[in-house]
Amino acid sequence: MAQTDVGGSAPDTASGVGSPTRARIAARTLRTDRWWVEPALTFTLLCLWLLYALIRTASQRAYFVAEYHYLSPFSSPCLTASCDPAARDFGTWFGKFPPFVPFGLLVLPFLLGFRLTCYYYRKAYYRSFWLSPPACAVAEPHATYTGETKFPLIMQNLHRYFFFAAIIVSLVNTFDAVKAFHGKDGGFGIGLGTIIMVANVVLLWAYTASCHSCRHLIGGRLRHFSKHPVRYKLWTQVSRLNTRHMQLAWTTLASLLVTDAYIGLVASGHLTDLRLFN
Amino acid sequence: MTYDAHFRVWRGDQEGGDLVDYTVEVNEGEVVLDIIHRIQATQAGDLAVRWNCKAGKCGSCSAEVNGRPRLMCMTRMSTYAADETVTVTPLRAFPVTKDLVTDVSYNYAKARQIPAFAPPVGVAPGEYRMQQVDVERSQEFRKCIECFLCQDTCHVVRDHEDNKEAFAGPRFLIRAAELDMHPLDARDDRADFARDEQGIGMCNITKCCTEVCPEHIKITDNGIIPMKERVADRRYDPVRWLGRTITRRKA
Ligand code: SF4
Ligand code: SF4
Ligand code: FES
Ligand code: FES
Repeated sequence: MAQTDVGGSAPDTASGVGSPTRARIAARTLRTDRWWVEPALTFTLLCLWLLYALIRTASQRAYFVAEYHYLSPFSSPCLTASCDPAARDFGTWFGKFPPFVPFGLLVLPFLLGFRLTCYYYRKAYYRSFWLSPPACAVAEPHATYTGETKFPLIMQNLHRYFFFAAIIVSLVNTFDAVKAFHGKDGGFGIGLGTIIMVANVVLLWAYTASCHSCRHLIGGRLRHFSKHPVRYKLWTQVSRLNTRHMQLAWTTLASLLVTDAYIGLVASGHLTDLRLFN
Repeated sequence: MTYDAHFRVWRGDQEGGDLVDYTVEVNEGEVVLDIIHRIQATQAGDLAVRWNCKAGKCGSCSAEVNGRPRLMCMTRMSTYAADETVTVTPLRAFPVTKDLVTDVSYNYAKARQIPAFAPPVGVAPGEYRMQQVDVERSQEFRKCIECFLCQDTCHVVRDHEDNKEAFAGPRFLIRAAELDMHPLDARDDRADFARDEQGIGMCNITKCCTEVCPEHIKITDNGIIPMKERVADRRYDPVRWLGRTITRRKA
């Protein structure tokens, strides 16, 4: 029997695997493995991460350790008068922020936009949030589908612009990591926080460089690699990183969280920074 | 090791059909296609199945085994536990002809739609010269055996019959990429064609095509995404558009 049921828990497959000329099989999928684990896990992890970031940035607290100049990537660059003066490395551009407004307000939308339009995250949330499809060969619950051809999803084509913005933000993060080589007496120093911040920045650069738009712009768009040996070489390197793009997407989520959490714990006095030098 | 396996095979045609149970002998080293052939030889002489090479090279024996699009000749029985029921159905994205055989003409229609390789002007056949680094990318896509497993698993058409008109499917998007990346192809409108005629915007890069490809072609990463970026260059990038307008350069 072709399945035409729209209500209840059964998804509407009438426009797809249940359509009249296809082999009549009622099941939405005959997969026997636990195909739902991956989307469920992705959904849960992304939600938890967003919740963490929301709470931390809205709290406006424990984002900076003045002693060692550790500034959380979630609040960098800190350009508001609400920010600790020592953290305002790039000056004061805005007055005091009302409560709940993240200090990193200027760049957070670009960072969010970069990840939202990222080819990997698109795959991740189309599958896990929108179930389109939830897993391969598992019928999706939607009756119609237009992909990325209409507004708003057609805007995904602007990913390259977010990539450029991400480069600027990565430069700011690099600056913060350099600043974190800061000792108690104001001179040079290294602590566990410094190492965490440097590792985070290295990973962020790797994620940014492995971007598909980067791969295209650096050389992928060429038809004749032989005429552009330098760009070909760069393209080869970026391509190698690009195969790890998904892993880097997740590792950087983790490293951002760890960096922020560590700085938060030190700033709030719950943890003493482990000092390696000064 | 020889054992009796429990198979469920879809039998029927467009009028209707059902999963039919068979208990059938399995020997060491056999693949799913062997078992289907044994059912055909011993229990169901009229079971329709398409196959040719039994070596994973002709792309004829595509079917769905336990719900996953696969080549039956390349699916070892050792993938499944001896007490596991193995369910074999025809491809669920295409009209069924009979039993495990489907009508894959959608794919041929989409293949015919693509403008053929355009020879470079002023270079005689036989005079074509290409650098290996320039053809490498295209060569990956030449591995395609046209099994259409990617087409079958792509939710754009699998779950939406009405999208078949507008969407060419992953196999033909990599054909477009292959030609666009070809160092000697004279056409410069492959990206526009991919957008306007092949519906590349319908693909939401969820990568099921890549997951099922028996030739391990990186369909999404190396074919579709680069093509999407080329489309963005020509159609969605205001800065590039401005640059083109000023210099009056094409692409
Ligand atoms: S990546 Fe695109 S073409 Fe491939 S299966 Fe998914 S939607 Fe279809
Ligand atoms: S790209 Fe891969 S899955 Fe698609 S038809 Fe070719 S060989 Fe089969
Ligand atoms: S950042 Fe993921 S594709 Fe650009
Ligand atoms: S029979 Fe040729 S690929 Fe399976």
